[in-house]
Amino acid sequence: MLLIECPWCGLRDQSEFTAHGEAHIARPDTPGELDEQEWGDYVFFRKNPKGLHYERWVHSHGCRRWFNAVRDTVTDHIHATYRPGDGQPDLSDEEPDQPS
Amino acid sequence: MKSQTNRLERESRINRRKPIRFWFDNRGYEGYPGDTLASALLANGIHLVGRSFKYHRPRGIYSAGPEEPNALVQLEENAYTEPNRRATEVELYEGLSASSQNCWPSRGFDLGAVSSWFSRLLPSGFYYKTFMWPASLWMTYEKYIRKAAGLGQSPTEPDPHFYDKTHAHCDVLVIGGGPAGIEAAMAAGRSGCRVILADEKSEFGGSLLSENMLVNGQPCHEWIESRIAELESMPDVALLPRTTVTGYYDYNFLVANERVGEHLGPRVSARSPKERLWKIRARQVVMATGAIERPLVFADNDRPGIMLAGAIRSYINRFSVLPGNRCVLLTNNDSAYHAALDISDEGGHVEIVDVRSSPSGALVESAQSRGIRIIPDSTITGVGYSRGRIRHVDVMTLSEDGTRVVGKKRKIDCNLVGVSGGWTPTVHLFSQSKGKLRYDDANHCFVADRPSRNNPVTLAGSCRGTWFLKECMEEGRKAGCDAAQAAGFDPDSRREPVKAGKVEYAPMRPLWILPCNHPIGRGKKKHFHELHNDATVGDIHLAAREGYESVEHLKRYTTTGMGTDQGKTSNLNALTAMAGIRGLPIPEVGVTTFRPPYTPLTLGSIVGHDRGELFIQKRKTPMHPWHDQAGAVYEDVGDWKRPRYFPLEGETMHDAVQRECLQVRQSGGLLDASTLGKIDLQGKDCRWLLNMLYTNAWDKLEVGRCRYGLMLNEHGMIFDDGVTTRLGENHYHMTTTTGGAARVMNWIEEWLQTEWPELEVFATSVTEQWAVASLNGPNSAELLKELTDIPLDEESFPFMSMKTGQVAGIPARVFRISFTGELSYEINVPARHGLALWEQLMELGRKYDICPYGTESMHVLRAEKGFIIAGQDTDGTVTPMDLGMDWIVSKKKQDFLGKRSFGRTDTSRPGRKQLVGLLTEDPEVVLPEGAHVVSKLKNGPPMDMLGHVSSSYMSPNAGRSIALALLKDGFNLKGQTFDVPLMNGSSQRVTVTDPVFPD
Ligand SMILES: [Zn+2]
Repeated sequence: MLLIECPWCGLRDQSEFTAHGEAHIARPDTPGELDEQEWGDYVFFRKNPKGLHYERWVHSHGCRRWFNAVRDTVTDHIHATYRPGDGQPDLSDEEPDQPS
Repeated sequence: MKSQTNRLERESRINRRKPIRFWFDNRGYEGYPGDTLASALLANGIHLVGRSFKYHRPRGIYSAGPEEPNALVQLEENAYTEPNRRATEVELYEGLSASSQNCWPSRGFDLGAVSSWFSRLLPSGFYYKTFMWPASLWMTYEKYIRKAAGLGQSPTEPDPHFYDKTHAHCDVLVIGGGPAGIEAAMAAGRSGCRVILADEKSEFGGSLLSENMLVNGQPCHEWIESRIAELESMPDVALLPRTTVTGYYDYNFLVANERVGEHLGPRVSARSPKERLWKIRARQVVMATGAIERPLVFADNDRPGIMLAGAIRSYINRFSVLPGNRCVLLTNNDSAYHAALDISDEGGHVEIVDVRSSPSGALVESAQSRGIRIIPDSTITGVGYSRGRIRHVDVMTLSEDGTRVVGKKRKIDCNLVGVSGGWTPTVHLFSQSKGKLRYDDANHCFVADRPSRNNPVTLAGSCRGTWFLKECMEEGRKAGCDAAQAAGFDPDSRREPVKAGKVEYAPMRPLWILPCNHPIGRGKKKHFHELHNDATVGDIHLAAREGYESVEHLKRYTTTGMGTDQGKTSNLNALTAMAGIRGLPIPEVGVTTFRPPYTPLTLGSIVGHDRGELFIQKRKTPMHPWHDQAGAVYEDVGDWKRPRYFPLEGETMHDAVQRECLQVRQSGGLLDASTLGKIDLQGKDCRWLLNMLYTNAWDKLEVGRCRYGLMLNEHGMIFDDGVTTRLGENHYHMTTTTGGAARVMNWIEEWLQTEWPELEVFATSVTEQWAVASLNGPNSAELLKELTDIPLDEESFPFMSMKTGQVAGIPARVFRISFTGELSYEINVPARHGLALWEQLMELGRKYDICPYGTESMHVLRAEKGFIIAGQDTDGTVTPMDLGMDWIVSKKKQDFLGKRSFGRTDTSRPGRKQLVGLLTEDPEVVLPEGAHVVSKLKNGPPMDMLGHVSSSYMSPNAGRSIALALLKDGFNLKGQTFDVPLMNGSSQRVTVTDPVFPD
């Protein structure tokens, strides 16, 4: 059971949140001009990395606000949470997790 | 029979003043408060308590704790019964009744021949091999196997107990209330932080309960009492005895089970919860979980009367029970010598068979000085057993490498055998926390290496391979200080002197799988490394021969560690055996990951209060009391209770629905539509948002007008629909399906917050703020006219418009929209007036022949008109075009959610499933929803499927059954006939039509 820092409310139990997959996938401005491949990438294709994953969460049983989190998919360690519109945090100083 | 023949005179944790009467296999015995069922049985000379899982071999009490693999009993009877309770953990109470398990025909009768028949029938990997047989054969064998193999009986009656759940937060959770845990809790508690100390036993003290030594100059029981008294005096320290921490999850979230009234028995505990499940979030965790003694595996090592040497010490020191007065101890290390001394102190005869070639050191000398015979370099090679008790052992000398025995067999008479193969740190919870284990070559066991980043935990005491009391206590104190400090407190880390006796241990001989006079797995004698699931070292040889060498394969193939004890006494010996066979060091064979729970949880504890009426929340509309009085039959729609139909006296559901449907079209009916999702949208950018959310155009919708819309996801697939009304310049009222209300709300919030935060739109769920009565049918206008000041003529109040005014004296919004195809008014009033509105409508409705109707009739009426229900006639793969609803898709709009996906190859290909009507050949047959339409009927599956029936009803207005279906290329199939095979083997011919059915 994760402990997640909502950028508005602070640390809360995972049961208050809902995960919504990969973050930073902007909706194309002019979908009509996209070819099949480009639109398919937007609608269907996701990274599914082993390691750091930038993903969207919503504090659904709290403030109901959306935000982004960086979670290590191997260790489930959440490195950072930040508001939509804030840039991706610089994690280059972070110690890499050691999977067990 | 003389009572408690094995009970000693010495003082211990039992209370002799008040004997307790209990029952085992229908015979009465006596024990004392403080006993476990196991100690009380042993006090009465009972070793044989049940038969084993697979081979039905007689089995006795093997341990004194949660690691017990053998002594599983059926506790109590009828509704109170519980299978697989470990006798070593069941506290004795007045009137306790237990029975042995797997005893067919009886506990005492040896099945002999049957056992060996089973042995051949049930080799290792049996279940996997069985599943490769034809399924029909499995059905034949299954009932015999189930009769013979298995673990106890589940209760068949509802559990009369109740169970509780609670959440807790603390700075430091200390798991294990032995010497290390007590010291950790003390150090952390004194710093002022919030501490929880949990221990699985009925009292604190851990291993000291089985000791008779001095601690800081006090007898150890007195030391425990004074420490616990001080902890109890600290306001922020919570002591939880009888509480097993069973699960360790991310970010120090732990689950513990407290046995609140369980130890009082079924009748006494009726007023308190039986168990309580704790969900604990701890800043820091200190694990002081101790160690479990490791068995030695020798020929026929499963016989009743054979137990762990440390368990013998527990029975003597904690319960004043000497389980046998002639004991042979088999050991590869020094700790069994403690048991020898205890037995000898109590006047028992004891001999030690030591696999080490020349045991020496302080403990050995103590034993020798008391005249205890030590037989070095030897092992037990056979066991004499009869009538529930071990009678003698055969002892032979080991070859130099320990793989064979040599020389002559010596017979030693005995009635108790104690074994010790060293100690295994209890790292189960640490492993659950994703901490990494390391093999400790000196101690020959897995120990904690590195905690996972998310789970700050410190270990102290024997769970990290520290064996001496003084060091365990010092480690505990340091762990408590470190944890308190990490949690932001300032503990006093000055050393308090610890005085406790320390003996030097001589090294162990790393030999656990002991030979006999025939090769292991090839003769009559069995070497059980796993008692619980009846797995032998012979099975490990078989697994290795068949290629199941990796630990994870080995575990599943031999079922090692898969019993209710999770292999607490067997896992390491299985690894050792496999390492021996493969010629590898143990750490290279690997270790399996421990999973929660540490010990089994009852379903009752997991469920807690969430059962019966409290299982799930119920949402009721303001009109619910009226529906109740009218005898409505309800349907669950999401959490809502919606009236499905309103039967009159003697009516079936079919009768009621047919009557309601006819009456709605002939005169009128009233539907409670309060559950429809309602979202209030305000702000200058609402129109722009609606244009993106819906497929049609919203620019020209005037104030006071309504429009139906389909909502798509970005895949172009329908996920909800509803009517949205423009209430003002920048103010809209959106409705959604009942089940989709939350989903649509989330959808809107998602886009507003993540993609279009610059929009000025405020979305508010108002589902529960409005009660809605939907008045349908030709008489509805006449009726409504009597109750409202709103002009109802066609010109001032046309179809698809909204008026505000008074209805029955209540301020209302009235929408002229229709889901039945009839003249219809959806009357919205503030929720608190919903019941009053409904009552007045129904009262006046008598004059106009209006009936209440439910969701079933609503479904029939809309299907007669071909109106879809999103989620029933669509399933996430359906576009508006698939429904023939091209008209609702704007050609002019540049963009809306899902639009671009219409151009995808798959979405625009011919032959997609499309919505059509179906008429059965026999008008009386109502097709089951979900039935498949096939192009060509065959004797059995597979057949080429065209699609499935999505909605199907008996329509009184059409005078026949009607159905909607999604069929491949359906629009081009109209007029053609196909078949629908039915579950009963028959089939029905159907003709494809338009999805609208004439009255
Ligand atoms: Zn929040």
